[in-house]
Amino acid sequence: MNYPLSPAASRRPIAALRFVRAHFSLILGASIVGFWLVIAVIGPMLAPYSPGQVVDLDVFSPASRQFPLGSDYLGRDVLSRVLVAARFTVGISLMATLIAAMTGIFCGLAAASGGWLDAVLSKLFDTINAVPSLMFGLVVIASLGASSAVLTGTLALVYTPGAFRTARALALNVTALDFVTVARARGEGIGYIVLCEILPNVIRPIAADFGLRFVFVTLLLSGLSFLGLGVQPPNADLGSLVRENIAGLSFGSSAVLVPAVAIASLTIGMNLLIDAASGTPRAGGSR
Amino acid sequence: MPDRWLLALVARRIGGALLTLFLVSLAVFSISLLMGGDAAEAILGQSATPEALAGLRAAMHLDQPAYLRYLEWARDLLGGDMGTSLITGMPVSATVLPRLASSLQLAGLTALVSVPLALALGILAAVRRGSLLDRAISMATIAVVSVPEFLIATIAVLIFAVTLHWLPALSSGRTIETPLDLVRTFAMPVMTLACVVVAQMIRMTRAAVCDALDSSYVEAARLKGVSPARLVLRHALPNAVGPIANAIALSLSVLLGGVIVIEVIFNYPGVARLMVDAVSTRDLPMIQTVAMIFSAAYLLLVTAADIVAILSNPRLRHR
Repeated sequence: MNYPLSPAASRRPIAALRFVRAHFSLILGASIVGFWLVIAVIGPMLAPYSPGQVVDLDVFSPASRQFPLGSDYLGRDVLSRVLVAARFTVGISLMATLIAAMTGIFCGLAAASGGWLDAVLSKLFDTINAVPSLMFGLVVIASLGASSAVLTGTLALVYTPGAFRTARALALNVTALDFVTVARARGEGIGYIVLCEILPNVIRPIAADFGLRFVFVTLLLSGLSFLGLGVQPPNADLGSLVRENIAGLSFGSSAVLVPAVAIASLTIGMNLLIDAASGTPRAGGSR
Repeated sequence: MPDRWLLALVARRIGGALLTLFLVSLAVFSISLLMGGDAAEAILGQSATPEALAGLRAAMHLDQPAYLRYLEWARDLLGGDMGTSLITGMPVSATVLPRLASSLQLAGLTALVSVPLALALGILAAVRRGSLLDRAISMATIAVVSVPEFLIATIAVLIFAVTLHWLPALSSGRTIETPLDLVRTFAMPVMTLACVVVAQMIRMTRAAVCDALDSSYVEAARLKGVSPARLVLRHALPNAVGPIANAIALSLSVLLGGVIVIEVIFNYPGVARLMVDAVSTRDLPMIQTVAMIFSAAYLLLVTAADIVAILSNPRLRHR
C-alpha cells in the first residue's frame, strides 16, 4: 500500500514505514472514511450522467469505457447513481448521529450530577431503548411519511439512549476523580469544569462511541431503505440501490454489488478507525 | 440476612422493568394515536356518512378522551384480550400466537447455535490475546458486524439456493416432516441471524474475559503457578459471568430487531412479518400488540441478564 507521506516523514523513510506499520488499521480506516466523506461532498459534481436519466439501451450491462461501473435495472449509469446515493447515506447518517450524540452527551452530563433529573432521564431513555429500533422506525415512518427529515429524526431518536448511557457513565467516572474536586475547590465555574477538566478526559471514548453509533445508524438506514421504507424515489441512498437492483444479484451485476460493497466499506472503515483509535491492545503493543 | 437483601435487589430490578414496560405501553399507545385516522374510518372506508362514523366511534368508545381509552386498552391487554384486527376481523391473539410460536422457534434455534459458538470463540480469542487466531477472529467479527444483514442474507441465497441448489430460497415452514426438512428450512435464516449475533457476542465476551484476565487476582494466581486452563475456568470466568450474561442478552435483543429483515427476505411467517404487514395496512390493534410483545421480550432478556449478574457476583452474594 502506498500512502502519501508528509515532507518531514519522507526524509526519514524508515521512521515513516514504521509509523505506517504500527498504525496500519488506523490509516486504512481513516482513508476509507475520509474517501466517503469527500464523495458525499463532491460526489454529485463528479457524476458523468444525471442519476435519474436512462442512458444505456441495455440493462445490467457490465462495466465498460462508457459506463465505468455498468448500468442498472433501467439502464441508468451505476457510477452516477452511487455517487449521488452516497451523499444521502453519509449525509443522513452523519446528521442523525450528530443529533443523537449531542442530545445524548448533553443529557448524559446533566444526569451525571445525579438527583431526580438522573432518574427521570435514565427511565426515559430506557423506555426508548426497549422498543426494537427497526420496528420503531417502521411505525414512525408509516405514520409520518419517509421524508429525509423524518428519517433523520427517527434515526437520531433511536440512537440517543446509547449515547446518553455512554456519556453518563464516562462523566460519572471522571467527576469522582480528585482533579475535578480540586478544580471545584479552586472555585472554578461549572462551564470550566465540564469543558476544561471533564471533556478532555472523555473525548476519546466519546469519539469512539460516536463512530460506533454512526455505523449503527448507517446499517439501520440501509436496512430501512432495503425494506422500501427509507429514502424514497426519485432519490435513492445506497440501501435503495441494493433493493432496486436485487434482481441483478443472480448474475453478479455490479449494479447491486457496488452499492452493497460501498455500505460495507464505509462501516468497516469506521470500525477499523474506532478500533485503532480507542487503543485496543494489539500484539506487541504497549499493554 | 444476606438472602433477603439479595432478594430485595432482584425485586427492585423486576420492579424497574415493570415500570419501563408501563412507560413503553404509554409510548406505543401514543405512537399509534400519531398514525392518524381512527379505526372507525378504517372499517367504514371512504364512503362512510358522518352519522355512521359517529355511531361506530361511540360503539367503539373512540369518542372518549385518550387516557380513558388507554386505561381500557391496558386493562384488556392485562386480561389477555389483545383486541380485534381491523383488517381480518379476527381476534388479534388468534393471528399473533401461531406467528409468535414460529418466531420463537427461529430465535431459539439461532440462540442454540450462536451462544455456545460465540462463547467458545470469544473466550479462546481472549486467552490467546494477540495471537494470529485472535486477530483473525477480530477481523472477521468487524467485517460481519459492519455488513448489513440483508446483504448476508442475499449472498447466502445466491450461493446456497441459486448457484448450488442445496437449500430452498424461502422458508415457509409448512412442510416439515423429517429432521432433514427442518434443517433445510431453517438453515439459511438461522445462519444469517447467527452471523450477526455471534459477531457481537464474540466481541463483548472477549472484552469481558480480557478484563478479568488483566485483574490482579488472576496475576496472583498465575504467579502461584496455576495451570492455564484452571486459571481461565476457575479464576477468570466466574468473574466474567455478569458481563457475559449482559453480552448474550444484548446480542439476542439485536435478534429481535434484525429478525424483521430476515423474515421479509426468506418469507418466514413470524411476528416481524406480521408487523410489517400491519404497518402497511394500518391495523392498529395488531401493531400495538406486536410492539408490546417485542418490548416485553427485550425487557425480559435485559432483566434476566441483570439478575444473573447480581446472583453471580460473590461480593453481593456473600454480603
